[in-house]
Amino acid sequence: MVSQDILSQLRGIMKSETRILTESADLYSYSYDASFGTYIPGLVLQPTSTEEIVGIVKLANEYRIPIYPRGSGTSLSGGPLPVYGGIVLDFSQWNQTLIIQPEDTIAIVSPGVITGEIDKEAKKYGLMYPPDPSSSNISTIGGNLAENAGGPRGLKYGVTKDYVLGLEVVTPQGEIMRTGGRTIKNVTGYDLTKLIVGSEGTLGIITEAILRLIPRPPAIQTLMAIFDDIVDAGRAISSILTSRILPSKMEIMDQASIIAVEEYKPIGLPTDVDAIILIELDGHPQAIKEEIFQVKNICSIVGARDVIIAEDEVSAEELWKARKLVSPAIARKKPTKISEDATIPRSKIPEMFRRLKEIKTKYQIDLVVFGHAGDGNLHPNIVANIQDKEEMRRVEKAVEEIFTTAIELGGTLSGEHGIGTMKAPFMEMEIGEVGIDMMKRIKKVWDPNDILNPGKIFPKKGQRFVLIDE
Amino acid sequence: MNKHLAYEETNACVQCGYCLPACPTYVTLRKESYSPRGRIHLIKMAAEGKLSLNDISDSLELCLGCRACEVVCPTNVEYGKIFESYKVEKAKNEQTSLVEKFIMQKVLPNKFWMQFLSHSFKWYQKTNMDKWVRKSSILSIFPEQIRTFEEITPTIESQKKKNRDSQVFKPKDKPKARAGFFVGCVMDVFFAKVNDLSIKLLQYAGYEVVMIKEQTCCGALQHHSGDQSFAKKLAKQNIAAFEKYDVDYVVNSIGGCGAMLVEYDKLLEDETEWSSRAKQFAEKSVDISVLLNKAGLSFVREIKGTVTYQPSCHLRNVQNVTNAPVDLLTSIPGIRYLPLPDMEMCCGSAGIYNLIHYDTAMKILDEKMSHVKKITPDIIVTSNPGCHLQMRLGVKREGLEKKVKVLHLVELLAEACNIDEPL
Repeated sequence: MVSQDILSQLRGIMKSETRILTESADLYSYSYDASFGTYIPGLVLQPTSTEEIVGIVKLANEYRIPIYPRGSGTSLSGGPLPVYGGIVLDFSQWNQTLIIQPEDTIAIVSPGVITGEIDKEAKKYGLMYPPDPSSSNISTIGGNLAENAGGPRGLKYGVTKDYVLGLEVVTPQGEIMRTGGRTIKNVTGYDLTKLIVGSEGTLGIITEAILRLIPRPPAIQTLMAIFDDIVDAGRAISSILTSRILPSKMEIMDQASIIAVEEYKPIGLPTDVDAIILIELDGHPQAIKEEIFQVKNICSIVGARDVIIAEDEVSAEELWKARKLVSPAIARKKPTKISEDATIPRSKIPEMFRRLKEIKTKYQIDLVVFGHAGDGNLHPNIVANIQDKEEMRRVEKAVEEIFTTAIELGGTLSGEHGIGTMKAPFMEMEIGEVGIDMMKRIKKVWDPNDILNPGKIFPKKGQRFVLIDE
Repeated sequence: MNKHLAYEETNACVQCGYCLPACPTYVTLRKESYSPRGRIHLIKMAAEGKLSLNDISDSLELCLGCRACEVVCPTNVEYGKIFESYKVEKAKNEQTSLVEKFIMQKVLPNKFWMQFLSHSFKWYQKTNMDKWVRKSSILSIFPEQIRTFEEITPTIESQKKKNRDSQVFKPKDKPKARAGFFVGCVMDVFFAKVNDLSIKLLQYAGYEVVMIKEQTCCGALQHHSGDQSFAKKLAKQNIAAFEKYDVDYVVNSIGGCGAMLVEYDKLLEDETEWSSRAKQFAEKSVDISVLLNKAGLSFVREIKGTVTYQPSCHLRNVQNVTNAPVDLLTSIPGIRYLPLPDMEMCCGSAGIYNLIHYDTAMKILDEKMSHVKKITPDIIVTSNPGCHLQMRLGVKREGLEKKVKVLHLVELLAEACNIDEPL
């Protein structure tokens, strides 16, 4: 709990008392995110200005109170969970600034702005903000910056970090710092912008961001290719990319996903196939009209059973329906969903699918695989019942093995969800002892009192991967 | 562990947060505890005994019950069921005021009292008492909400007492189907004219309309206030009443009541004798817009003007009726239809929510009206009496009474079909 003395000091810092939440219902409502585990904070604040953040951080640093920044709580890695209690900073109210400056093709945003709103606003000027995590209608840009969120368009356009030109950051000591600027090119000093982005709120609190926008492609083409053999699907992906075509999205669904969808809402997908790929091209209408036929040919040549090009927007939506139905389809089977984002080099996709199948049999779990095939960012999803402790233990083991497999194949623990609490135990396996030590040293210098999002990224001694408590 | 709360169902929530932007109270009040995800978690905590019903009541009582969250949920969490389980538990643990009990159990389902109400209101308006009262300052002794709603109460049409209780209205040609008409209780006092016009429209569209005098209140208001056993009693009475008349449809023009009727199967799923009968009844229950759209209407009059539509949440989110009202509207000759931005957001009426949580309801309404002003319609069409009154209030609060009319879908369709006179 936060003491009365601190509370009264906070009343002096926050411009409105209604943004200081102390009721138990509120504390419990900020105890979770979209991952696992619940931790009750001592207090929730809803800041709406840099001045308030400065005041809060200075106070927290003086009294050594942990601070946990939180956007909309859609994190799949435990990023905003208040694992040591303390203060949750709910940024969702701070959405007042969303300025597009078309001449400089930039957007200036406050941290609580909803990601999807940035792209919607940019669209009015013929511009685009490409990062599109599937939660972009809910997630805040602050959360996206902290976790360095990705999305299906990552293959062509990269991820959040590729669109950040500058930041305003409040340091753990409560000073205001500006990094980067508003120009595309900027090589002045260390790239602190990139260090902050993806640091999961452990180095500073982002209070404003300057984002890069790009010209919006005028047209879109969509195609679905159905493969009897996953190996052929993998070859198709590589062949397309070496034929001078860069799709904006390449999504894959495995057989288990397809069967789940057909059992849930039959839309006429063949269930006796290995994989379905959905490809989206964007660009000049004439150019992509030609390219989509090339893609179709390539798929057919490498052995696709069937290739369907969407005639218009409506039929494109029909094709995407297959992918959108996977989540509700698998959720129907069992209530608890564990969504991973282990990522491997593109060439290893067929191998990863094979290994995932083995893991599925070995641990007798309900596993489906879909994801962003173009950049090797797969989403093995396991459904289970959290009440079934024995099943959850098997799931924990399976997830551990998924991580080790990804590393073995030259991949990474996390393509886009972040490390948070969930993957901390595996950090050393990927980046090694020296790597982790160097990161810890950076953290120590920036935040010697360990007040910013403590308990994340770095494993505690002997920390194991757990989904449920004993 | 509280076994009466829908704990299993809360576990189906993966806390992805997709419901947040769909929730009117979250969007307006901007606190996680006022979001569907927050509420589900709080009920889960209460079921686990970590929080008391009292701890979570502020969050839950402010839920409109509009169920827009169910529509956007990617994992099909049964929010309605979870929420009702709280309501029932809460009602059990707390003394309902005798007045509320009297209204819910005696007045609404009772023809005599509803007639009495209807006559009193009519007398109040006919004698110009209403104007006198408004001019005097006598109303100022009442709280703001009573004053507000007194002013927007619709004129009660004088019912020429031609008992439509057990009539059968036959169409000109061979009937397309036989539809039992559900009149509703509040609806038949304040909007008896809409019921009359509905019957005529159905007849005009080729349906045989059967009036069933044994029917009673749908039970929605009682159910939503946690009195499940009384709601079940009413449901059984309605099921038995309509069964006797062997109808193909149970049709109504009240979004909220219709939603209750289509969920009789869920309400009675544990009662073996009733579950299959309830299921049949629920399957037959349908909103008037669906039947009219299916049959097609031949319009004879043009309607000039810009029209928008504010869907009843329960029509849209529970009965899943989205296209029929819009299809009907856009087929009226002369009309310019503009979709209302964020139409899927509740208007804040939500049964009697606007009376109980006046301030929050007005904040939600102001948000709604900000969208209305963007398209400046001549007519706002609704499909439920509660929404109707709330939108009328919104129009009044914005000072737009002279410019914007609020009509039930049925009223506008009737006008375009040249059916103006009530029965």
